[in-house]
Amino acid sequence: MQHEEESTLFGLMAEFETPDDLLAAAKATFAAGYRKIDGYSPLPVHGLGDAIGFPRTKLPWLVFCFGILGGICGYGLCYWVSVIDYPMNIAGKPLHSGPMFIPVTFELTILFAALSSAFGMFIANGLPQPYHPVFNVESFARASQDRFFLSIEADDPQFDLDKTRNFLNGLNPHEVAEVEN
Amino acid sequence: MASQGLASQRCFIAFQFGLGLEISKPSMNLLRSHSLKHLLLACLGGSIGYLFWQGVGIWGNNNPVGWGWAIINFVWWIGIGHAGTLISAVLLLFRQKWRTSINRAAEAMTIFAVLCAMQFPLLHTGRPWLACYWLLPYPNSMDMWPQFRSPLMWDVFAVSTYLTVSLVFWFVGLVPDFASMRDRTKNRIGQVIYGMLSLGWRGSAIHWERYEMASLLLAGLSTPLVLSVHSVVSFDFAVALIPGWHTTIFPPYFVAGAIYAGFAMVLTLMIPMRMIYGLEDFINERHLNNMAKVMLASGMIVAYGYFMEQLIAWYSASTYEGFMMQNRMHGPYSAYYFALILCNIVVPQLLWIRYFRTNMFWLFFVCQFINVGMWLERFIIVVTSLHRDFMPSSWDMFHPTIWDITIYVGTIGLFTVLFFLFIRGLPMISLHEIRALLVSKDHK
Repeated sequence: MQHEEESTLFGLMAEFETPDDLLAAAKATFAAGYRKIDGYSPLPVHGLGDAIGFPRTKLPWLVFCFGILGGICGYGLCYWVSVIDYPMNIAGKPLHSGPMFIPVTFELTILFAALSSAFGMFIANGLPQPYHPVFNVESFARASQDRFFLSIEADDPQFDLDKTRNFLNGLNPHEVAEVEN
Repeated sequence: MASQGLASQRCFIAFQFGLGLEISKPSMNLLRSHSLKHLLLACLGGSIGYLFWQGVGIWGNNNPVGWGWAIINFVWWIGIGHAGTLISAVLLLFRQKWRTSINRAAEAMTIFAVLCAMQFPLLHTGRPWLACYWLLPYPNSMDMWPQFRSPLMWDVFAVSTYLTVSLVFWFVGLVPDFASMRDRTKNRIGQVIYGMLSLGWRGSAIHWERYEMASLLLAGLSTPLVLSVHSVVSFDFAVALIPGWHTTIFPPYFVAGAIYAGFAMVLTLMIPMRMIYGLEDFINERHLNNMAKVMLASGMIVAYGYFMEQLIAWYSASTYEGFMMQNRMHGPYSAYYFALILCNIVVPQLLWIRYFRTNMFWLFFVCQFINVGMWLERFIIVVTSLHRDFMPSSWDMFHPTIWDITIYVGTIGLFTVLFFLFIRGLPMISLHEIRALLVSKDHK
């Protein structure tokens, strides 16, 4: 019975009133050895990513690679069309008229980089994700308004329902709630 | 602690204002303008239908003036769009926090202006559904490809990239706000729609890290993009050998003109919007003052461009360049040229005085001059260079027809309808950015 109950539990969630309280609590939780933690806030809280041990995002590298790819595609498209597949003498210009290909190359560089930064961010974040256990907590609706939440997930090796609850209560939260799966 | 409480209180107020539709019911004046803009939109639909039926012969374009109102309106609209990107991207990179309360509406304006602009190059092909193969590179059964040495081709890529990137940037900014709307709305249909649009955003710290990085990258990418778009538009002219068009000053001069026209349009929209929705606390005197200053600066660059055109017409010692400028200033269109100088150079000098930058009525008044002046600028560039070309026997005057006018006025209707739909349905002020701004202020 006890085991079944735990398997339906996603974790515990503490509610805070200010971004500073959340940041302090996140630091304390990480220092206490918890690793499967996450913060939820209606606005980006600076330093919260570091506090929960999230490494720097690699998104810029993805965007850089896609930008290069876009540039190659743009120039390649112009070259292949104008030189290989459909060569035409336009006003005596050379078939490979490089400077004329730059605008398209530039635009496709930007297009590929911009799309990879937006979609890369969404995909890395696992969005769209219509269901997530944290939405089962009733007060969580305020995570998009004016409240700040910290969750410790049940599959953290240190997680123990009673001990973790006591620990979170010690961080002076507004409320601690159980998150059902 | 007390100040933090205050912050959340103000976040809540920010949210209420962001929703717009909760706080104020449309007044009778607003309703009247609703029916007017729908009439204009219907006028656009009807004119496009007639254009497809009859062909582009219904426009006033003639033999020397092959480019008429279509390209004038295209350049005018696309220029207006540029201010939105400037506010959302360039001011973000420069850490200008005052942009926060105006960037969402300005970005919306960009997207709608680009949509209006795109009508014209599409419509001027007459049968746009037959024009695909020379506009877009796709493998077709005729085995033909577009001509990449043509600036018109660069335009297709620049404008479609601009629209796509602006839309994506706008949507990324809206996602956390859709989540706020999802969690606040009581209406079931609203919950479902905002829920789907929010993509299940839950404000996770890890998500915010990537989100902030993506926003920064998008801003960084949009900045060179916006400069490239109007440069490419100016290449449509500068690459041709027509006197008055074939100049190297065109790209920077067009970009400055775009910022000028765009800020005038942002103010034209914001001044009534803040009055109708009571947003005086969010879009305050400082915002208007700053926007007026940007307008003044870009206006002076435009004035420099006009001066440089005159100088080069004389200094180049080219017969055709000299004649073009002589004809522009003293020919049959000279009244339009001096109206342009009045609208774009003389009247905006009022903005040197603080009173005119912060008085709503006068600022709105000056902006209307700039809106008209920037349209006249494109008219002068297009028509005066073409109507008296190299061979005097083919000289002619350009007269717009009723269909030129209805399609142009119709796009204003389309723009207004889209903008009102935006105000009704979406948060017109970026909620999460306002929250972050309030919290950072409370820390000081």
